[in-house]
Amino acid sequence: MATHAGGLTVTAPEAGVAVRIEGLVRAFGGRKVLDGLDLSLRAGEFVAMLGRSGSGKSTVLRALAGVDHDAGGEGVLSAPDHVSVVFQDARLLPWKRVLANVALGLTGGDAEERARTALAEVGLAGREDAWPVELSGGEQQRVSLARSLVREPELLLADEPFGALDALTRTRMHALLARLYERYRPAVLLVTHDVDEAIALADRVVVLDGGRIAADLAVEVPSPRRPAGAEYAALRERLLARLGVDALTEREGDLPESRYAPHD
Amino acid sequence: MTTAGDLIADGRLQSNVWTSTERALSGLAYGTAAGLVLALVAGLSRLGEGLIDGPVQIKRGIPSLALIPLLILWFGIGESMKVITIALGAFVPVYIHTHNGLRTIDSRYVELAETLGLSRPRFLLHIVLPGALPGFLLGMRFAVTAAWLALAVVEQVNATSGIGYMMGLARTYGQTDIIIVGLVVYGLLGLLSDGLVRLVERKVLSWRRTLAG
Ligand SMILES: Nc1ncnc2c1ncn2[C@@H]1O[C@H](COP(=O)(O)OP(=O)(O)O)[C@@H](O)[C@H]1O
Ligand SMILES: [Mg+2]
Repeated sequence: MATHAGGLTVTAPEAGVAVRIEGLVRAFGGRKVLDGLDLSLRAGEFVAMLGRSGSGKSTVLRALAGVDHDAGGEGVLSAPDHVSVVFQDARLLPWKRVLANVALGLTGGDAEERARTALAEVGLAGREDAWPVELSGGEQQRVSLARSLVREPELLLADEPFGALDALTRTRMHALLARLYERYRPAVLLVTHDVDEAIALADRVVVLDGGRIAADLAVEVPSPRRPAGAEYAALRERLLARLGVDALTEREGDLPESRYAPHD
Repeated sequence: MTTAGDLIADGRLQSNVWTSTERALSGLAYGTAAGLVLALVAGLSRLGEGLIDGPVQIKRGIPSLALIPLLILWFGIGESMKVITIALGAFVPVYIHTHNGLRTIDSRYVELAETLGLSRPRFLLHIVLPGALPGFLLGMRFAVTAAWLALAVVEQVNATSGIGYMMGLARTYGQTDIIIVGLVVYGLLGLLSDGLVRLVERKVLSWRRTLAG
């Protein structure tokens, strides 16, 4: 895994734990974005993270991925050795064909075969020799999922991975991610701004606000999680309230400024 | 037309064109190799950047052709002076554009390499070099143009063969038609070589095909 910026105590997670963050402070130029954040994920747990734009969601993921060299701060951080990241842009190398993108950095004689299998799993068998530019946005993101999962990560970090896709494609990607999660069982930390996406996919939803976890709610909505039914509506309402949006104003498409003030 | 026919018939055109092409190609080869190697050293190491980039930027300010008097003093008026002049002209664009390509690698790909745990050699091989290739090829196109320009000038200085020599001789005897044939040949060689570089560009950068349309 990549090396971490100074100020962090990095340890290996104990058994059964995928992520442990304690008192994480991340600051840019003296401005604290994360301010004593605590967050844990059990091995194989699927957690969605909500939060307003600029609340520091990407900063948390970058700390876990070990690519936050420009941040300062302190805290204790445990993450497994095998971490994969899915970015909002699929981030495929345009000069490599699809199969080579999935196999990028894999070692061993069976690397290509594993990449082929992963591509088939995301429904892209037959597109191995395509250039990334020849794929649609949804297909590119599926390649990126294949590239992440072929490494069999213990922790999958996804930063608004479906944010750039149209609604229909996004729904299909939800089903795909749910299926891949069942198959590979990594712990997942999914950053999203879509409350319905969070409820549909996660075991637990956390809300980031004021540099800390402001809400931590288990999703106890019976499967399949369709946006109907009392439990779903209640959870959705609580999450939206935590984000400073209540269901009524959201419906009117009018978000009063005062509600954007930090909660604490 | 008849002049060109006569020149071909007695073999003068072919031998002069061949001499000129050979000069241009060897100058281009040396210049490209030097530009590529120095750009890689400067682009991939801080020390190399400090040692190489400054002098090259200064050299860039001096037109290569203005160095001809100095090169004549150092290397005489033989073949080596000609090839070195051409090489210097070709070197600059290859260096500048390759170096620029290396420095402007998208930081998102650097981050990707980090999260994938790519080793440094793999990072260079899979990300840095392919990322800098378009810049290198653009530099090559400028280098080819620069090489022909330098060729045309050095062949007027003192040559006993080549297209420029043939044209200089024609000037002495007032043979305008031979001069025109020489100009046409320069033009054709320039077009042909640019076409070749473009062809290579299209093959090597075929991943951009659909973007360019
Ligand atoms: N590399 C950086 N340099 C300076 N400021 C940064 C950097 N990365 C993030 N920030 C700042 O930190 C805050 C949180 O950013 P981010 O984690 O990207 O938020 P989110 O992903 O929740 O939208 C923002 O105000 C952003 O401007
Ligand atoms: Mg973000």
